[in-house]
Amino acid sequence: MRFSKISEAKYLICLPIAMVLLLALNSSKAATADSPSRVIEITAKRFAFSPNSVTLNKGETVTLRLHSEDVTHGFFSRALKLDEVIEPGQTKDVIITPQTNGSFSTICDHFCGVNHGSMNMTIVVE
Amino acid sequence: MKKPIDRRSFLKVSGTALGIGVLYKAVPLSFAGETGAMMRSLGKSNGEGVTPFSFIQLSDAHVGFNGPPDPLGTKAFERAVEMINALPEQPDLVLFTGDLTHDTEEKDVHAQRMKQFLEISKGLKVGKIMHVPGEHDAGLDGGAMYRDFLKDTYYSFDHRGVHFIALDNVSRSKPEVGPEQLAWLKKDLAHFPKTAPIIVFTHRPLFDLKPEWEWFTSDGDEVMNVLAPYENVTVLYGHIHRDHEHHEANAQHYAARSLIFAFPDPAQVAQKKPIPFDKDHPFKNLGIRVVSKQGGKAAATSLSVNDVELTLKEYSGINGVQQILKEPSL
Repeated sequence: MRFSKISEAKYLICLPIAMVLLLALNSSKAATADSPSRVIEITAKRFAFSPNSVTLNKGETVTLRLHSEDVTHGFFSRALKLDEVIEPGQTKDVIITPQTNGSFSTICDHFCGVNHGSMNMTIVVE
Repeated sequence: MKKPIDRRSFLKVSGTALGIGVLYKAVPLSFAGETGAMMRSLGKSNGEGVTPFSFIQLSDAHVGFNGPPDPLGTKAFERAVEMINALPEQPDLVLFTGDLTHDTEEKDVHAQRMKQFLEISKGLKVGKIMHVPGEHDAGLDGGAMYRDFLKDTYYSFDHRGVHFIALDNVSRSKPEVGPEQLAWLKKDLAHFPKTAPIIVFTHRPLFDLKPEWEWFTSDGDEVMNVLAPYENVTVLYGHIHRDHEHHEANAQHYAARSLIFAFPDPAQVAQKKPIPFDKDHPFKNLGIRVVSKQGGKAAATSLSVNDVELTLKEYSGINGVQQILKEPSL
């Protein structure tokens, strides 16, 4: 066998150190301004989003975690530069850092049925 | 020294909101003198000179829709047919800019609504009726039912020297025309000189009118870029259930009212909600308005745009719409 006992010992010592370093790096990444510290779940179901309003802090990076409970939906806001397709059975993560205060209507822009035109929610940035 | 040609008086497409939709006239203003010579020259380069004709735009009948906010169903549409038939000069064309029907998950019922739409429009004396789908016609099935009845969702044709282009921005689920249709549009336009008068009719606006209300076409910019080299472009659309004008360097965009219910001005309200039904004025803000019944005029005696516009201003307080194509730069 090619591995000596010394090599095995090195391996046993190095592995935990590497794991600790990796964890430390991840924590550091989570703490930076550009990484999302908050995840907001948004569910689309004909013909509404739930919740129908979310509030974000200006400059805060958050993850919008989008799901559909029935058919394909869109998630669109020109002002916030959002233009996503939400497929049923899949999760779509969108990272956003809003820079402007305001109340922004976000619509389903993927035709989803007879009341599609009324499917919208509000993203408030303050 | 030769007197310069007044290109402003060369060619105009004018429109008047009759209430039943919009009456448009494509009129070369003069056949005489130097303007006439330029007309003939343009006609030669375009293949066919523009000769006067009128056409009507109707939109958003939503056959099958039951209120609120409009409990009258197809009444406004039926009155539109009566009013067009009563015009002393029949227009050459009627263009219907989408949402002929209101959608339903029941395919048979939706097809029945389309049959009802066609039955009512069959009452028009006008010989040529052209359509594009709205999202309520084609959104649920990608346009399959629409094509069963009315064939292509996008196409083009020529009429008296004007090139008409029907664009479909509703059949792809998202509000877009799509790459296939854009490629077709480029190929279609390649046959025409830059001076050709072009009228595009479609359902959604081709510009960002109010994206938060889905009043836009996501690749509308690409469509307008394809049209940018052409000097005489008019875009007619529906979808927004109200009058609207938008002017660009080479193109003028005009919306028609609906035949079912009206939406408010998005600049005035936050929520997209239909204007409530007024039982005392059931056709208010819709297509139906009396064109000329007062001041001794029993009816519109001609298709004179100015007369009709004056009547509208005087008696209804609502301005008519006049549209002038940008003069060609020969």
